[in-house]
Amino acid sequence: MVRCRTIIDRLSEYMDGEASSELRRTIENHLRHCRRCSAVYDSTRQMLVIVGDERTFEVPTGFSERLHRFIDQAIAPA
Amino acid sequence: MDDDRRQTETTEALLIQNIRDGNSALFHDLIRPYERRAFLVAWSILRNQEDSEDAVQQGILRIFANLGQLEDPAKFPQWAMRIVENEARMSRRRRRGALYESIDGDEDGDAEPQHVRPRQFADWRELPDEALEQSEVRSAILDALNSLPGIYREIFVLRDMEHLNVAQAAQVLDIGVPAVKTRLHRARLMMREALAPRFARPSPPLWKRWKGLNPWFAAGQ
Ligand SMILES: [Zn+2]
Repeated sequence: MVRCRTIIDRLSEYMDGEASSELRRTIENHLRHCRRCSAVYDSTRQMLVIVGDERTFEVPTGFSERLHRFIDQAIAPA
Repeated sequence: MDDDRRQTETTEALLIQNIRDGNSALFHDLIRPYERRAFLVAWSILRNQEDSEDAVQQGILRIFANLGQLEDPAKFPQWAMRIVENEARMSRRRRRGALYESIDGDEDGDAEPQHVRPRQFADWRELPDEALEQSEVRSAILDALNSLPGIYREIFVLRDMEHLNVAQAAQVLDIGVPAVKTRLHRARLMMREALAPRFARPSPPLWKRWKGLNPWFAAGQ
């Protein structure tokens, strides 16, 4: 049985699609049987979906326009 | 380095050269790809839209004024974002009256821990969207980001929020690909750990808990 520590250490490799097929099998097999590692895995993935979603961090409406107007005025008067 | 970034760098270097030579209108084009990132950087420190916009504007003035001092145009993104970050910190310091700021850790304690061990095993397989308002999700993420040492926050923002690839992130941070991967992995575990208490599902009933079926409970050991 592979130790949880080993699995946790390589989760990013697995999530980023960089694990060898052997490692992938080992991890998937472990995740099926280990509640704790699978909780870590699922929640990490979930977290990445949320933080990676552009909608989570929208810039305020008009931000870009105001910024460029500011640049026009302060830096590069037309 | 991949081709996209190389091409961007060439374009950027030309823009920078032209701006230095006096064509300041091109500054718009230089800034445009980074304005969203600049806002996020400022927002992660200031938590307030108005102050963040203001800090971005002041930072951008400073970027323009100091462009002549940028030695390596390839480092523009990192250099520029550091300036915005500093601007946001100064703004926060002013806002707070400069009292306790130094304790608040501008230092970003960059020592690298050997291992990040998960302690929170709560199960949040379900989208927290339904339980939490978008603004709560945002502020939870910002809190978590701010709890990370600088080197981890940086890599996490670049890879998992800005979606740069490994090679691009390595370039921006001027570190090797293996360091990007190690830091990113630790950063993710730290972020998860920091977010778990806010995103976790409510605990199952007590009878389940004392039977050891609650993953939180299992983690206590
Ligand atoms: Zn395990």
